[in-house]
Amino acid sequence: MPKIKVPKHSPSIDMTPMVDLAFLLVTFFMLAAIPRETDPVDVTTPSSISEKIIPENNLTVTIDKGGRVFLNLSHADARTEMLQNMAAKYKVGLTEEQTKKFTIMTSFGCSMKELPQYLDLTGEERKRFNTIGIPTDSTKNELKDWIYYGNIAALNTGQTKFIEAEMKGDKPNANDFKPKFILKVDGKAAYIFAQQVIDIFRDLNLNNLNFITSAEKAPK
Amino acid sequence: MAEIAESGGGHDKGGKKRPKKGSTRIDMTPMVDLGFLLLTFFVMTTTFSKPKVMSLTYPAKIEDKPLEKPLPINNGITFLLTKDKVFYYTGQFYAPGNPDGKPVSVLEETNFSPSDPKGLRKLLADKNAFVIKEKLLLDEKLKRKQIADTTYERMLNQFMSRKEALKVLIKTDDKTTCENFIDLVDEVKIAQIGVVAPLELMKSEADLLKAKL
Repeated sequence: MPKIKVPKHSPSIDMTPMVDLAFLLVTFFMLAAIPRETDPVDVTTPSSISEKIIPENNLTVTIDKGGRVFLNLSHADARTEMLQNMAAKYKVGLTEEQTKKFTIMTSFGCSMKELPQYLDLTGEERKRFNTIGIPTDSTKNELKDWIYYGNIAALNTGQTKFIEAEMKGDKPNANDFKPKFILKVDGKAAYIFAQQVIDIFRDLNLNNLNFITSAEKAPK
Repeated sequence: MAEIAESGGGHDKGGKKRPKKGSTRIDMTPMVDLGFLLLTFFVMTTTFSKPKVMSLTYPAKIEDKPLEKPLPINNGITFLLTKDKVFYYTGQFYAPGNPDGKPVSVLEETNFSPSDPKGLRKLLADKNAFVIKEKLLLDEKLKRKQIADTTYERMLNQFMSRKEALKVLIKTDDKTTCENFIDLVDEVKIAQIGVVAPLELMKSEADLLKAKL
């Protein structure tokens, strides 16, 4: 009987499928990591057992440790509409480019006077921008106007989305498309700052608010 | 590991120099290394979980002037919050020198510790035992598929608004942090309490709170 020949080659594996897989995964995760602009403030939210996921159409008011107020609106169309109304009301002239910048950025916090200057900055510079946030005091309550116009704009976009969904033949629930109001407060911030903002919401008859919280396990 | 590129194919045969036949195999190791490095990076940085929210309904504003007269409430408990401390009284509030001649409400102290027998969790669970008991029965029924999800929700909500169920009022002073507030609301939700109302602190209550600190 002839001896079985053991091949003398180096034990090599074809790595092509592994590489394919690796790059497929890389591509997937790259696309999944939505290129987001960072928020101008870092906020540590308190934890709760709530399991409700943040609604899609939302207006978020962020309150940082020092009580500065920032605002964010989820839909780009609504943002443009809100900004146009605000600029008209406060007679602030904005260039096309500034408006475009506003629609793609995340939360912002500055007075209407500072807005054009604020918009010209980059994301990192905005973090360092020295501002008191959106003014909330009763004499110059800009936040109230922002929320007022933001609510109208978000309602409009919600309605458009609702009609679109209806056209597709789904049976959408109108409530899912209405804007929800979210408060993102820092755990260390004094509650009176939040209360000030909540009172503004209540003045506008928006009583149903949501607090962003980090998840915590429910006790048994 | 990947195949290492073999050096050229042709040995010199009879002096004639042929162009080297380059192997078609490329060493893929560095590419794989890079691929996995990127993969690890993106896996680590991608967060899939969206933040969670806790809803809370505030009472509608009816008039501008703050309430000075306590609201009549059935089976209620009122929490007075201050920085990292929490006090409570049950039922109606009686200020010193009230026209009904009732004894003044006494503030009791409690805390956020979940294991403390005097803590909030125990207190709320005791006071809201009615709903918790009913919820356990409902849970059991749901598990045995005797009732549907929607029925479960509806019945639970019904129990929460019954008069035996506890109602919570939350009042905060100006030193309270948001964390204290959210923690308290969270405890209230853990205890399956359906009616929560954050209200303004009344002057007489503020005085009582100050005396306690």
